[in-house]
Amino acid sequence: MRNMSLKKNEMPLQEPNARKKNFLEVATGYTEEQAVDEAKRCLDCKHKPCIDGCPVRIEIPEFIQKVIDKDFEEAYQIIAKSSSLPAVCGRVCPQEIQCEQKCVRGFKGEPVGIGRLERFVADWHFKNMDTEVEKPKPNGHKVAVIGAGPAGLTCAGDLAKKGYDVTVFEALHEAGGVLVYGIPEFRLPISVVQKEIDTLRDLGVKIETNMVIGKVLSIDELFEEKGFEAVFIGTGAGLPRFMNIPGENLKGVYSANEFLTRVNLMKAYEKGAKTPVQRAKSVAVVGGGNVAMDAARSALRLGAEKVYIVYRRSEAELPARLEEVEHAKEEGIIFKLLTNPVEILADENKFVKGIKCVEMELGEPDSSGRRRPIVKENSEFVIDVDSVIMAIGTSPNPLIKATTKGLETENWGGIIVEEKTGKTSKEHVYAGGDAVTGAATVILAMGAGKDAAAAIDEEIQKRNKK
Amino acid sequence: MYKIVEKRKLNPTVTLMEIEAPEIARKAEPGQFIILRVDEDGERIPLTVADFDREKGTVTIIFQIVGASTITLGELNVGEYVRDFVGPLGVPTKTENLKKVAIVGGGVGCAIAYPIAKKLHSNGCTVHSIIGFRNKELVILEDEFKAVSEKSIIMTDDGSYGKKGVVTVALKELIESGEEYDEVITIGPLIMMKYVAALTKEYGIKTTVSMNTIMIDGTGMCGGCRLTVGGETKFACVDGPDFDGHKVDFDEAIDRSRMYENFEVEKREDSCKLYDLEVR
Repeated sequence: MRNMSLKKNEMPLQEPNARKKNFLEVATGYTEEQAVDEAKRCLDCKHKPCIDGCPVRIEIPEFIQKVIDKDFEEAYQIIAKSSSLPAVCGRVCPQEIQCEQKCVRGFKGEPVGIGRLERFVADWHFKNMDTEVEKPKPNGHKVAVIGAGPAGLTCAGDLAKKGYDVTVFEALHEAGGVLVYGIPEFRLPISVVQKEIDTLRDLGVKIETNMVIGKVLSIDELFEEKGFEAVFIGTGAGLPRFMNIPGENLKGVYSANEFLTRVNLMKAYEKGAKTPVQRAKSVAVVGGGNVAMDAARSALRLGAEKVYIVYRRSEAELPARLEEVEHAKEEGIIFKLLTNPVEILADENKFVKGIKCVEMELGEPDSSGRRRPIVKENSEFVIDVDSVIMAIGTSPNPLIKATTKGLETENWGGIIVEEKTGKTSKEHVYAGGDAVTGAATVILAMGAGKDAAAAIDEEIQKRNKK
Repeated sequence: MYKIVEKRKLNPTVTLMEIEAPEIARKAEPGQFIILRVDEDGERIPLTVADFDREKGTVTIIFQIVGASTITLGELNVGEYVRDFVGPLGVPTKTENLKKVAIVGGGVGCAIAYPIAKKLHSNGCTVHSIIGFRNKELVILEDEFKAVSEKSIIMTDDGSYGKKGVVTVALKELIESGEEYDEVITIGPLIMMKYVAALTKEYGIKTTVSMNTIMIDGTGMCGGCRLTVGGETKFACVDGPDFDGHKVDFDEAIDRSRMYENFEVEKREDSCKLYDLEVR
């Protein structure tokens, strides 16, 4: 029996008033009954438009049918063929502009909750299955991956499945990249990331932490001394941007990267944590993306009484996932839209005491197609805050570029690659994810890692046939 | 895990450790730094490389016990391990084409100044070293500096050893006596470097300072280490730690270094009480 309800099964959530005081996951996940009921909303239509909306092309209707049959493990195996990180994607993908946007059920009513089903299936697998992953037969070829984030891990996973001897080099002390330093525990628990990484390790992927490639070893040395036959660069976009307004170096001004890294990776939210973070009473987060929402909601959970999102365009242009904006509002985050900071104000000890802003209005569309915000005259006002978090974007880290001869990049730092293969200007070197595109999403990075893995495999096979 | 192969107390609060990290030892240069974590939930501590032995595959660090994490680090012994050790980070100190240099170190900063003095000396550069401490008990690396310097002067605040006074007094005397330096390289407390830079500016002597700021990742990701140099924002971890001392906004840097002062005091009190219990 199909479920013809126009609405998705609602995601069970922690109550806003309870969750804003803890770092536990906000969405608690479908029950088996809810999952099966939601799966029955899928029409299993012939042309499967959802698959085209997925950057890693998961066989979506196929796995959903297995959910209806309650064969959850088989459903997981279908997803795992295409995605190395299903439990992660089910939680952080912007499904509303990908698979779910294409779902025919969405023409009238809500699309099938594909993301929620993906998450359910992955969680079910990790909870119930303890199967040994079968190690693929080694093919004798070595590939290095730089950066253990979504792009690198996906590339590593795909290559390992083909029998490659893959080593991932990670600069931080923990693997996961933005999944562990950026996305907070209440949205993506570290234990979920850890399980995905353990699965990769079981496949034979080696992960070397504390390795800053470009400093301790260069890419050339990876080829010449360590015997790698190809290198994939998935170093992300780690360099935080600031606005260059007065007061940005005051105490209490953080980049979102720093704030979130202190809170997530260094666990500054735990009592007795050794890494400090300011516990501000009133916080302004500048920016409107997922990172801004994450920072705002983390600040709230650290005990802030008032948290503002300061964003220069209107609600329609907020780049964050819809669900994150909704959750933030439910938790009491105050949205100061069409508002742009011009100065951060200091108290007598050079701590932040306020943020001076101007009101904006929307003018003609700019090159991005979004209406350009223009300053309203004489509209200055001050919001009293004791902390400001800048979440206005990040650029690719210049470290690899600066230390690798022959690697071409755009002026803004993105590595130049051939589309679909991720091939860079340097022989046997591939790149993908935010290091190429600038800050984007987890799933796009995974898609790039996947494409590059296929291209690397093709190149190495071809080279060895000759 | 990285093994501690040597440990020496240089003075009551400053400890030297030699740590097995062959990949880093192979690449490290004076002026660069490492970041370490003592244990599973430890904070990331940036420490400048005090020495390295490429053949033995070891990196030497010298640290002062200032907070909870350095107390824990100081409790480790030879044969034990630190959990994480990453580097070499930052840009090495430029030591080429210098004929005559004054090295000015203060306190534990002398530990970082020493490998630079050593490298300059081995390059055939004339080195004059001025190293300052609060008192006699805190003097470190005296013989080491002597071995690589044509002139080496020790200053103590209370006059209990060497000459009484701050390092700028000695530096001014040397400059006034006609010594002509290509460059002054100074490493120590921010306030000391600020005054050294102010002095050399009067004489127009190029001055390099080493900025030891608050940071987390050390690779340009957090921006916590930012400082203003010549009106521009720079990241100490990737653009430095060395900067032109005449361009650094020291007042801002000093201020930013106090961001977590209260937290540090709390932590130290917490730990010290525990520490007391354990020793009792």
